[in-house]
Amino acid sequence: MFYDILVYGFIQSAALILMAFGFSLVYGVSRLPNFAHGAIYVFTGFIAWALFNTAGFPYWLSVVLSVAASGAIGVLIYYVILRRVRGMEVSEVIATYAIGLVFLEGLRYAGFRGGTYTLPVASDGVSFILDVPVDHQRLLLMVLGFAMVALIWLLTRYTRMGRALKGMAQDERAAMMLGIDSDATAAVAVALGSMLAGVAALIIFPLGSLVVEEGYKVLIYAIAVCVVGGLGSWAGTVIAAFVLGYSQYMTVAYGKPHFQMVVMLLAIIVTLIVRPSGFFGKQKQLEERV
Amino acid sequence: MTTETTHKRRERIDRGIKVRSESLYALNSFEEIAYLLTPRVMLIAAFVLMPLILSPWPYWGRVGLSVCILAMLSISFDFLANYVGLVSLGGAFFYGVGGYMAAVLNTELGLPPILSIPVATLLGAAFCTLALLPCLPLRGIYFAIVTLMYPLLMTRIIEAFDILGGTEGFRGIDGFSGFFTEQYGLILAMFIALFGLRRFVNMDGGLVIRAVKDNDQSVRASGISVTWTKAKAVFLASLTGCFAGAYYIHMYSNVGISSFALDLSIMPIAATIIGGAGTLVGPVLGAAILVPLSEFLRDFGSLRIVVYALVLTGFVVFRSEGLMNYMTRKYQQVERWVKI
Repeated sequence: MFYDILVYGFIQSAALILMAFGFSLVYGVSRLPNFAHGAIYVFTGFIAWALFNTAGFPYWLSVVLSVAASGAIGVLIYYVILRRVRGMEVSEVIATYAIGLVFLEGLRYAGFRGGTYTLPVASDGVSFILDVPVDHQRLLLMVLGFAMVALIWLLTRYTRMGRALKGMAQDERAAMMLGIDSDATAAVAVALGSMLAGVAALIIFPLGSLVVEEGYKVLIYAIAVCVVGGLGSWAGTVIAAFVLGYSQYMTVAYGKPHFQMVVMLLAIIVTLIVRPSGFFGKQKQLEERV
Repeated sequence: MTTETTHKRRERIDRGIKVRSESLYALNSFEEIAYLLTPRVMLIAAFVLMPLILSPWPYWGRVGLSVCILAMLSISFDFLANYVGLVSLGGAFFYGVGGYMAAVLNTELGLPPILSIPVATLLGAAFCTLALLPCLPLRGIYFAIVTLMYPLLMTRIIEAFDILGGTEGFRGIDGFSGFFTEQYGLILAMFIALFGLRRFVNMDGGLVIRAVKDNDQSVRASGISVTWTKAKAVFLASLTGCFAGAYYIHMYSNVGISSFALDLSIMPIAATIIGGAGTLVGPVLGAAILVPLSEFLRDFGSLRIVVYALVLTGFVVFRSEGLMNYMTRKYQQVERWVKI
């Protein structure tokens, strides 16, 4: 039982990192709360499903195409909507959330409901970690989750584009004076965030089935991880994902599955009340509260 | 150098009649009294006549009442967002708390609607204010996120602990005695909320509340507690929201966790933004547009929400002033092109 919790809690945490990392990236870099995150997550899953099952493409190709599509959606959302309301945080939240609703409810209207849509797993095998059976899809999830974090970390540290992203997060005006195109960089950030959401969807969805409700859940999970870790703080995101992942797995193991969501929602509310910038975010007291 | 192109810009100036009717001397002329009263009387007349016109069709009568319910929720959102600076994405929290409070008072304690609605409104508002009290110091997006989570948390808690009727909710709540009682009770309450809040924001207390939105540090520097001021404002807003919830469940005789549903948080925001934020009347207008629209889309299931969300995004991004502000401008000002 103890090893069960250790291993599956770890997997749950890796899944949370995958779900939240895109959201955290967009907010950390462009200060744009992308509330369409969950919708893009679900939408990418359905694109992959449609390409694979309806259009008959090979699976690897549909994965690549659907991730590219999610990036394109991100760019579109930035240029059509977010660019016009930048700086008005509440309008950003409402506009992106509404666009997310359009995607999710549009899918529901188009008849994509119920548990009949599934994506294939990469491999059916099962391995044993600490005597706990873990299927290969979950192993892939763990590996890719951390690979993704490492990749983005390297990207922002050693490439020109990544540094531009970081510069924007730190001081937008100074970055613009140094010749960084604010719009292009922010669009790249939103696209990257959306692609991360897409990748997360393609890894996590094969474990269950494609359902529209997952979009709302993922959005709340992403918000929870980011809020607890600190909006925009990357190390915080990872640590918070572990704290929340384990506590979530424990509530499932020892309590009712209903409490899973209660844990997340309470975590958001309590963190925001106690320390609005999260436990690892930089405290900006004057911006946050009176 | 091409100096041929003449530069023009649009200039807005107040209409003569608007300026003349600003002072007390407006009372000297019927024309100016009419100019002042027409919009207000039109609004009141529309809602007073609505039940009389709709009485042969009880179904559309209910739709008319849904307009009022949504209008009240939207007024509460507009007041909080544009006069206090607290953008609450959880309008469903007020609504659901009011609804459940009235349901418990009616089914468990046997209070008739005439008692259970006001008591539920007061108790519900007190509950909401207390629940939101710890978040009141938060600003902007932080408050928005935290309030978005409140109604979701209520749903999950009711489900997980199986309290307050669990997923079933309450049934068999007393209805109203007649069609016209139901109609005019709600319309009266909506007018009280609308005109009461409009009056309030221009009084001394309202001035402090608006100052909190503009510059909370200066309010604090004046020796006024910001949190306490916000708490009073939230109490007023939740009175409006809880009343809407309590009234609605008596209309339909049942309440469930759908009272905390997300659409109830989204629709008031949509109505406010379409109608015109910061006007308090705008939300009523927005509700009068959105509710009939959603009736026509009823057959299309979740397409309704898609249409709402698209309209909402369109207004947020491209026409953020909303209809009411636009119409006010046209009513009060003329535009012309001037050479510069």
